[in-house]
Amino acid sequence: MQQIRSIWRVIPPKVFLGVGLLFLLALPPMVGNYWAQVLGDIGIYVMLGIGLNVVVGFAGLLDLGYVAFYAIGAYGYALVASPQFGIHIPFWFMLPGCVALAALGGTLLGIPVLRMRGDYLAIVTLGFGEIIRILLNNLDPITNGPRGLLRIDAPTIGDFAINSPFRWYYMILAGIFLSAFIADRLNNSRIGRAWIAMREDQDAAAVMGINILKYKLLAFTIGASFAGIGGAIFAARQGSIFPENFSLMVSINVLCLIIIGGMGSIPGVILGAVVLIGFPELLREVQQYRMLVFGGLLVVMMIFRPTGLIPSARRKLELET
Amino acid sequence: MPYFLTPEVIIAQILNGLTIGGIYALIALGYTLVYGVLFMINFAHGEIYMFGSFGGFAVLTYFVNTGFAKSHPALSILGAFLAAMVVSSLLGALLERIAYRPLRYAPRLAPLISAIGASIFLQNVMMLIIEARMQVYPDVIPENFLEYGWFSISYFQIFIILGSIFLMVALYLFIRRTKTGKAMRAVAEDKEAAFLVGIDVNGIIMITFIIGSALAAAAGVMVGMYYTQINHMMGFIPGIKAFTAAVLGGIGNVPGAMLGGFFLGLTEALGVLFMPAEYKDVIAFSLLVLVLIFRPKGILGEVVSERA
Repeated sequence: MQQIRSIWRVIPPKVFLGVGLLFLLALPPMVGNYWAQVLGDIGIYVMLGIGLNVVVGFAGLLDLGYVAFYAIGAYGYALVASPQFGIHIPFWFMLPGCVALAALGGTLLGIPVLRMRGDYLAIVTLGFGEIIRILLNNLDPITNGPRGLLRIDAPTIGDFAINSPFRWYYMILAGIFLSAFIADRLNNSRIGRAWIAMREDQDAAAVMGINILKYKLLAFTIGASFAGIGGAIFAARQGSIFPENFSLMVSINVLCLIIIGGMGSIPGVILGAVVLIGFPELLREVQQYRMLVFGGLLVVMMIFRPTGLIPSARRKLELET
Repeated sequence: MPYFLTPEVIIAQILNGLTIGGIYALIALGYTLVYGVLFMINFAHGEIYMFGSFGGFAVLTYFVNTGFAKSHPALSILGAFLAAMVVSSLLGALLERIAYRPLRYAPRLAPLISAIGASIFLQNVMMLIIEARMQVYPDVIPENFLEYGWFSISYFQIFIILGSIFLMVALYLFIRRTKTGKAMRAVAEDKEAAFLVGIDVNGIIMITFIIGSALAAAAGVMVGMYYTQINHMMGFIPGIKAFTAAVLGGIGNVPGAMLGGFFLGLTEALGVLFMPAEYKDVIAFSLLVLVLIFRPKGILGEVVSERA
């Protein structure tokens, strides 16, 4: 046993990453169309989780209105790539636009709520998420209200359209890798360390010369941009979007998956998404108990394992020493 | 859209605003009381209110089915209120003991997430019990109006406005005049010092949860009788609005929560005259954001949001 463990340790982590990547690339043909679709759903949640993780896990700001930025990204793309206004901007041009729109939303929400901490922030962001959904539902001339936006263009690369579950799977996988890479680099940067200092003790961080307002705003803006990408991909993949796609439940799901997976930890987010979004798909008959279990899990996790299933390395160190 | 502004409409809306405001105020008191002693927002408070409403519903339905409500309407209403308060108080105490007490000294985010979890959990428990169906409150109070020229008010409205004011006055006297109330104020001021002078801090925190929950239960029964339809999601929006009311008045401040509740109710009722009804919820949320930006201490001021 001891020997096996030491062999594991000799293998460089890059090998694991490579094997894991090969496995992920080979997955869709092995599981078929239906599961490729489900994996795509999980993948979008992984992207949202990585984004919200920046806000909640790294910077320690509890954002319950994360779905608003997701909605901004989705509607941002859908409005200019559907028959609604007869405009058809290609996906790849609009993707940076969606990111910018979501980031702008994040900044606009961030400015007024910057001075608040913890609980207040949670409720105000929750209210913001609801306002966006109410607006989507009622601004009929623009968003077409509850009837939603239909026949949204699929992205194309040359003549190659991304329109099947397999193709979307690879596209989302690429998106996840990019997001995870960016989030990881951020976490290990000066900005990431500032966030962590701020999360642990805002006053001490301020004394050490960290500009609290600037870094909070940055966390909000960057977190929102991830949701913008997720939203644009969601809209293009579904082909039609409705206000009820962007309910509070999405925010809660994303929050649950990062908390159960492990706040601040990217592998944790992936595991959390697989467990929370994937398992209910496997166990169709227990669907109605899903949210019951999620709610209970949040309480239990907070009491017995607040670091989550795969704790972030830094948090683990903090707790064990 | 220009609305037909007649004195009748305005008076009717003011009365609607006072009615719903009284309900907001009762729920808001629970937030404020708990915030006062623990400095945390009890996210599951809306669900406590929802459970209270269902507790009252079960008893009232039973009384109506057995015919007791016909012979003793006042007694059966009283019974419904008592049952609702017992259900909610037990739930509030349980919640405090299981979900919040173990986390009292944990990092700030932990009790908040635990509260959100408890809220989702309770919503789904009720959803499974009622099988996600809308429940209809039985009629007990006759739907009559008192009319006097322009002025017309329903019995329901009189009942809710007076009932909520009665409960608020009772709470205020309890906090100001009794020994337990004094202990609650001491714990809110400084937990360690209260402990040193011999106050059972855990017990007082428990009592605070119980009182807040009982008030929410009363609001739940009133809403059930007023709007007649209740479901498992009924706690969500009033929960946020009552929280807004608590912040408006200055969270942690008991008279502030009452004032905030009526203020919010009136603002919503009169706001609907000037904009489409779908935006009613937007008014409350916008008000919340504005207050937090410009006057985080609330109208009467007490605890600053920075401390949160």
